[in-house]
Amino acid sequence: MRRLRSLILAGLVAVAAAAPAVASEEMEYPKNEWSHGGVTRGFSNIFGTFDRKALQRGFQVYKEVCSACHSMNLLSYRNLSALGYNEAEITAIAAGYDMTDGPNDEGEMFTRKGVPADHFKAPFPNEKAAAAANGGKAPPDLSLIVKARKGGEDYIVALMTGFEPAPAGFTVPSGGNYNKAFPGHVIAMPPPLSDGGVTFADGTKATVEQQAKDVATFLAWAAEPNLEARHQMGLKVMIFLIVLAGILYAAKRAVWADQH
Amino acid sequence: MAHGPSSSFKNPVVNWLDQRLPIFTMIQKEYGVFPTPRNFNYFWNFGAIAMIMLVTMIVSGIVLAMHYTPNTNLAFNSVERIMRDVNFGWLIRYIHMNGASFFFIAVYIHIFRGLYYGSYKKPRELLWMIGVVIFLLMMATAFMGYVLPWGQMSFWGATVITNLFSALPLVGQDIVTLLWGGFSVDNPTLNRFFALHYLLPFVIAAVVFLHVAALHVTGSNNPLGVEPKGPQDTLPFHPYYTVKDSFGTVVYLAIFAAFVFYAPNFFGEPDNYIQANPMVTPPHIVPEWYFLPYYAILRSITFDISIPFTGLKLIEAKLGGVIAMFGSIAILFILPWLDTSPVRSARFRPIFKKGILAFLVAFFLLMYVGAQTADAAWHLGGLEIPLVYVGQFATLVYFGFFLSLPFVGLIEKPLPLPASIAKPVLGGGASAAGATAKPMEKA
Repeated sequence: MRRLRSLILAGLVAVAAAAPAVASEEMEYPKNEWSHGGVTRGFSNIFGTFDRKALQRGFQVYKEVCSACHSMNLLSYRNLSALGYNEAEITAIAAGYDMTDGPNDEGEMFTRKGVPADHFKAPFPNEKAAAAANGGKAPPDLSLIVKARKGGEDYIVALMTGFEPAPAGFTVPSGGNYNKAFPGHVIAMPPPLSDGGVTFADGTKATVEQQAKDVATFLAWAAEPNLEARHQMGLKVMIFLIVLAGILYAAKRAVWADQH
Repeated sequence: MAHGPSSSFKNPVVNWLDQRLPIFTMIQKEYGVFPTPRNFNYFWNFGAIAMIMLVTMIVSGIVLAMHYTPNTNLAFNSVERIMRDVNFGWLIRYIHMNGASFFFIAVYIHIFRGLYYGSYKKPRELLWMIGVVIFLLMMATAFMGYVLPWGQMSFWGATVITNLFSALPLVGQDIVTLLWGGFSVDNPTLNRFFALHYLLPFVIAAVVFLHVAALHVTGSNNPLGVEPKGPQDTLPFHPYYTVKDSFGTVVYLAIFAAFVFYAPNFFGEPDNYIQANPMVTPPHIVPEWYFLPYYAILRSITFDISIPFTGLKLIEAKLGGVIAMFGSIAILFILPWLDTSPVRSARFRPIFKKGILAFLVAFFLLMYVGAQTADAAWHLGGLEIPLVYVGQFATLVYFGFFLSLPFVGLIEKPLPLPASIAKPVLGGGASAAGATAKPMEKA
């Protein structure tokens, strides 16, 4: 009895210590269903995999809309194979961009077509140029944006669908836009998505809501490309450890049998 | 250690080795037949668990160091390269990242167990103090490790914490310059933090060795706090506690793995996935969760301490906070002499037991307060309680617990202690069970 109580107490302490207090006055974002479970939401779907169709649609939204201002410096075109594109498709996507390379043997920089090994081409040559073209502040790189914002994918959806007229009495400074999801509610980015703004190859109706969810899925994958491998290995490791714990518990009982 | 051919092993190679360097005899003595109190509960697993976590951290850390670049321009991207392009890099990095948290969880439980069962008391004072040294080294290591990914929270956490030293009179600013290697947190800071972060775990391992060596002089405490009086009170460490520690460790590793694979960013801050930018201060700088109680104590000292009616400031609030924060750990060093009660285990100390539970609540309260913004408040009906008051109250309880111990020992009437360990465990009719237990199979 006393042993059991100690065990429970030890467990409680462990659980309590494992639950760090979270700041109180944060914005809450409506929770969406994600087939991958949500990158920043722990224990949400331990079998979760990314929705391949949504990833491809989301990439299309990024390519046709977001990439006009936002870089994704940590990704390479070769990474797109995870979205279900084959080698030829990836080569074609990469070839759609001109890359500056060099210096060559003559010491000159030159322009060539992109290859799958190239990183995503950034819209601006450097951060200063990005800031200068965007009212003084560079648009953030999107490679890790889902892990870098509280709320993760849900924040992205809330932000994309959060543009609305400012409430009465709220003054939006010039160059700003009202967004109910953005901390402080004034965001420099104008509403990027519009109904029918892109045309999806798979025939999905391109509402703002649909585009927002798809691009959030894509950005979640970009931030955590190994999520599926992690979930798969996790299952094996958990089964192994639980079985091993069971065997060790039986061994413990057997060894201690003469002492109880 | 044994002298001469005190033991012979069947295996001739082992025998040959052992007669020249008695490591097998030592293992046999310290981990085979080592007499261990028979009444440990599962709290006694956490020393072994902490040891496993230290090894996990060192092994995963060495692999990470093979791929990491300590340069302010490259560090952030090198970590992301580990996450994306290094084979199983994400696994190693998440093990290391969450391993730090689980190392601290294990050590916090280990420390609490020591407090609750009076393991710090004579003759284990030095054992306890060496443990506090390990704890301090861990905190320094964890702090410097958190700076290495060079995210926003890395940079600003480093800035805030290193700046604390500037509150020290006379030498403060020089210490800060020395820590930074310049005049702000920058590349030299990152380089020296990386060097020290690689060094300190091995120092920890060495001090852990001393901790274990000291433990094997005095032997372990136990839940009753009564010293073993003979072989009927003890069991050989192997197989009884090797198997029990193995079971507990694997259960702990399963919880650890659940976080690594299914909630790897649970303990993290989103801001640390943004590359460090000295020009942009995050709205809310928080340290890692395991520092939150001390951070809350630091922020609780919001007042200067001055001589009444003269307006002479003795200690500014900032210095007061720093003193309180370091004092909250330093007080552990003198704990063996603060506690005047001869009884070890809280089971037999009614007042102490209430005190340590209050201390535990205060610790978690401080952890909660430390995570909130400085101006946060609780709203109870129409009542607004600024959290800084809650933090100050919890700080008072934290120190009050330790400082009241000399008096508690004097006024407290301890419950009657059992005559021996074997009595309550085996219900009186104790045979010399420990003596008949099988010794370790010889290799």
